Amino acid sequence: MMAFYFSRLVEIYPFFLKGLWMTSKIAFISLITCTLLGFVLGIFRSGKNPILKWIIGVYVSFVRGTPFVVQIFIIFFILPDWGIQLEAFPAALLAMAIMGSAFICEIVAGGINSISKGQWEAAASSGLSLIQQLRLVIIPQAMKVILPPLVGQYVLLIKDTSVVSVIGVMELTRVGWVTVVRIPEGLMVFSLVGILYFSISYPLILLSNYLERKMAL
Amino acid sequence: MLTDFNFRIIMEYLPLFLTGLKSTFLISIVSLLLALATGIIACAGRISSFKYLKYPAIAYIEVIRSTPLLVQIYFLYFGLPTLGLRIPEIQTGILALMLNSGAYIAEIIRAGISSVDEGQLEAGVSSGLNYFQRMRFIILPQALGVTVPPLLGQAIVLVKDSSLLSLISVMELTRCGQTMTSERFMPSEAFFTVAFFYMCIYFVLKALADWSQKKLIFREAY
Repeated sequence: MMAFYFSRLVEIYPFFLKGLWMTSKIAFISLITCTLLGFVLGIFRSGKNPILKWIIGVYVSFVRGTPFVVQIFIIFFILPDWGIQLEAFPAALLAMAIMGSAFICEIVAGGINSISKGQWEAAASSGLSLIQQLRLVIIPQAMKVILPPLVGQYVLLIKDTSVVSVIGVMELTRVGWVTVVRIPEGLMVFSLVGILYFSISYPLILLSNYLERKMAL
Repeated sequence: MLTDFNFRIIMEYLPLFLTGLKSTFLISIVSLLLALATGIIACAGRISSFKYLKYPAIAYIEVIRSTPLLVQIYFLYFGLPTLGLRIPEIQTGILALMLNSGAYIAEIIRAGISSVDEGQLEAGVSSGLNYFQRMRFIILPQALGVTVPPLLGQAIVLVKDSSLLSLISVMELTRCGQTMTSERFMPSEAFFTVAFFYMCIYFVLKALADWSQKKLIFREAY
C-alpha cells in the first residue's frame, strides 16, 4: 500500500512544486516589505519624537502579544466589515507585512540604540544632516548588531508563511493538507512538505549562525 | 465600524472564552514543562562528546528549527494514525508543542552554558569538584542569568503557538473565536476578544521576563 501511495505522490509532485513556488513568492515579497517597513519604523522608534515612539510601541505590542493566526483572521474577516475586500493572497501579504515589520522594527531599534551617543555627536558636529548621520555613521555600525537577529527573523518569517494556509492560499502547507485527504499517508506527505521547507530555511539558518560568529569577533 | 461593536454578545459568550482561556493556559503550562525536560535532554545530547547522542540531538534540533510548527502539527495529526496510534487531538497538539519548543529551549540552554567562561570550569576541576558539583555550584548559577529571560521569551512564543492547535480542532482560545464567528457571524467581536485575552497573557509574561532580566543580570555583579 505504501509503495502505491508513494507512486501516487511522485505523480503529483508538480502540485508540490507549485506550492513551493507560492511559498517562495510570499516569503520573498514579504521579506522585502517587512525589511523596508521595519527599518523605517525602527528608526522612528529609536528617535526622539515621543508621540510617534508611543504609537509604534503600541503597534509592536499588539503584534507581538497576539498569535499570527488571530492577526490573519482579523485581517481576513474583519476588514470586509469595514468595506475593504481583500483576496486571500493580498490579505496574506498584508498580514505578513504587519507582523514581520513589527519584529524587525524592534531589532533595528535595538541596534540603533546600541550605538553610543558620542557617535551621534561626532556625526552632528561634522556637519552631517540627520539623514546623513543615520546613513553614513549610525546604520553601518548598527548593522553589526542588527544583521544576525535579522537573518534569524527571516527564517521565522519564512516558517510563518505556512500559517497563511488557513485562509486558503495554495502554498506548501495547504498543498500538503489538500493532498493528505486523497493520499492518506500523513507521515509521507508532510515529510515531503517538511523537506521542501527545510531546503529553503536551512541555508538561512546556516547563514545566521555564520553571521553570529563573524559579528561576535 | 467599531461604533456597532456589540458588547452584549461578548458577555453572552464570556463563559466560552473563559474555558478557552483556561485550556490555552493548561496546554501552555503542560507543554512548557515537557518542553523544558525535552530541551534539557536534547541539550545534554548536543554538548556531549559521544557521537551516538550528539548527532541525533543535532538532527532533532535542526529539523525542528527549519520546518514550520504547523507542518509539524499536521505531520503528527495525520501521521500518527497511519502508524496505528490514535490519540486525542489535544495530546497530539501538546506533543507537537513539546517537540517544537524543546528544540528552541535546547539551544537557549546551550547558549547559557557556553556563555560561562572555560576558565571557570577548569577552576572547578582543579578545586576537586566532581561533575555535578561543578554544574551545581559554578556553571548553573552563572548560566541561569543568561537562560531565564530567553526561556520566558520562549514561553511567550509557546502561548502564541498554541493558537495553531485550533486548526486541529482543539478547543482553546482561538477556536472559541472561530466557534463564535461561525455561530453568530460576528468576527470583530470574536477575534478582538481573543486578541485581548492573548494580550493579557503576553503582558504578564513580558513583565516577568523584564523583571527576571533585571534581577538575574544584577546577580552577575557579585
